[in-house]
Amino acid sequence: MAENVVVGDDEVDQSRRKFLTTATVATGAVGAAFAAVPFISSWAPSERAKAAGAPVELDVSKIDSGQMAIVTWRRQPIYVVRRTPEMVGQLKGHDELLKDKDSADSDQPDYAKNEYRARLPEVLVLIGTCTHLGCLPKQRFEAHSAEMGAYWPGGFFCPCHGSRFDLAGRVFNGSPASVNLRIPPYSFPSSLKLVVGVDETQKGAA
Amino acid sequence: MAAVQAPTPQRKGFLGWLNKRLPVDEFMSTQLTGYYAPKNFNIWYFFGSLALLVLVLQLATGIFLTMFYKPGELTSFDSVEYIMREVNYGWLIRYLHSTGASAFFIVVYLHMFRAFLYGSYRAPRELLWILGMLVYLALMAEAFMGYVLPWGNMSFWGAQVIVNLFSTIPAIGPPLVEWIRGDYGIADSTLNRFFSLHVVAVPLALLLLVMLHLVALRQTGSNNPDGIEIKKNLGPDGHPVDGIPFHPYYTIKDVVGVGVFFILFTIVVFFVPTFGGLFLEGPNFEPANPMSTPEHIAPVWYFTPYYAILRAVPNQRMGALLMGLAVFVFFLVPWLDQCKVKSMRYKPFISKLALAVFAVSFVALGYLGLQPAEGLYVALARIFTVLYFGFFILMPIYSRMGTPKPEPTRVTYHAH
Repeated sequence: MAENVVVGDDEVDQSRRKFLTTATVATGAVGAAFAAVPFISSWAPSERAKAAGAPVELDVSKIDSGQMAIVTWRRQPIYVVRRTPEMVGQLKGHDELLKDKDSADSDQPDYAKNEYRARLPEVLVLIGTCTHLGCLPKQRFEAHSAEMGAYWPGGFFCPCHGSRFDLAGRVFNGSPASVNLRIPPYSFPSSLKLVVGVDETQKGAA
Repeated sequence: MAAVQAPTPQRKGFLGWLNKRLPVDEFMSTQLTGYYAPKNFNIWYFFGSLALLVLVLQLATGIFLTMFYKPGELTSFDSVEYIMREVNYGWLIRYLHSTGASAFFIVVYLHMFRAFLYGSYRAPRELLWILGMLVYLALMAEAFMGYVLPWGNMSFWGAQVIVNLFSTIPAIGPPLVEWIRGDYGIADSTLNRFFSLHVVAVPLALLLLVMLHLVALRQTGSNNPDGIEIKKNLGPDGHPVDGIPFHPYYTIKDVVGVGVFFILFTIVVFFVPTFGGLFLEGPNFEPANPMSTPEHIAPVWYFTPYYAILRAVPNQRMGALLMGLAVFVFFLVPWLDQCKVKSMRYKPFISKLALAVFAVSFVALGYLGLQPAEGLYVALARIFTVLYFGFFILMPIYSRMGTPKPEPTRVTYHAH
């Protein structure tokens, strides 16, 4: 065997060397991508967080007419409003002031994509975080109040950036929020026994 | 450039032993005593070294705070109160750290303004500028996550608002936000990962970026108030005729800056640590409460210009996009500025006016971001947002307008 033979550059098969280099780098990159999976996945909600996100129940018959109760589901305040017939009536007549009157661009289950944005006209169930940047809209149920103005049909007002929503959580023009308040999956297993987080499709259930 | 270095003296004894193994003398001679900086630096040139000083201060005080702070939904707020009331001098260490955060942004904003004044971002310093901008981005991430850690009510709602900005990204937004939080709302998991990033990941990135920033500076050399290249005029010794060794000349000068800085800094630490709610906000002295939004959510002052831009836009996605662009657009400045000269000293009036309008807009937006989003404040924020972006977008046009004054061949310098 010849000792210490140095191969000249002109004798190296460059295309073969390039192929091997590329193949090694590609294999390493695929390996790195797979190795990243557990680390990236670790940031997703843990089993404990998921369990804490289980459905919650509320007896709506215990809410007085025209009043609101707040329950917590998945760390979000869920606004449950028992709307009076007058409040249901106030949902009409201001369509031209709304950004998304038919909730076409908004996030809600199909059964809440109607003029009341609810399964039952008298019970409004909303995720009580502003669709702008997640603050809690405050209740301003009184219509035509001095504070909110003559046009005001009753609804919600976000103190952070001034978004306004009607009594179905539909956003008014001129608000920084672009879409209506979100509606969680919910159902009534028996009359007025509300369960938030579970419905027929099990969509969104923990 | 064939700079002739003074031959390194052959040391004997321990230093000789050391230098054979670690290039101490070589480092000194290439990076400090043999690194020539323009001799006409003025007051604007203090802020780079001061930023480095604040970085060290933040690392030192941060290490000590970490010894007493306990991240967690149930422990964070109490452990900060424990630091403030029961740890010996804990209040001092925390106020040094919280004031240091604001001081960091003050010196960095002045440092960046200096670059705008003298065209320090122009070729050949584009990459130096970009690395500096990356330092600024890392600093913003560091400051935001640090603000969440005390788990006061403004910590919580600030995190809520900022993390939700990502939900405006089409399609991947909502799952991305859930991934960032690790829960269905801002929660213990969010707090803990922010803690890890704040004390380990981002500081490491910051140190690396600052080092690269300094290496790039050594490569191009500093710009100066005249915006001319001193390396174009070398003396017989191979050094720039308008350059002086960084050490001892500028190290001594910087020490004076450090002294003045510490006088002002300690006045704030000892007498006005909250700075009237600007450095530490009132609602953050209440524990985080997911069921109660503070009346006005405002970030700490150094983010308020961008926050004002966010709120000025009536459409949420556009607002978040514009806010991101307001930061990103800085990266493009080296290529937007088409003026024949670098320094404001020789730029035509229109460029000076543009920079003045921008500076006023930035400060005005900073003020408006602290005010409630209503009526006149929003209208003004919209006007200043337009001016803010006008400064950048129109730069390729107005920077070519007018006739610059002739640049000198030597730097402007008067011996004291």
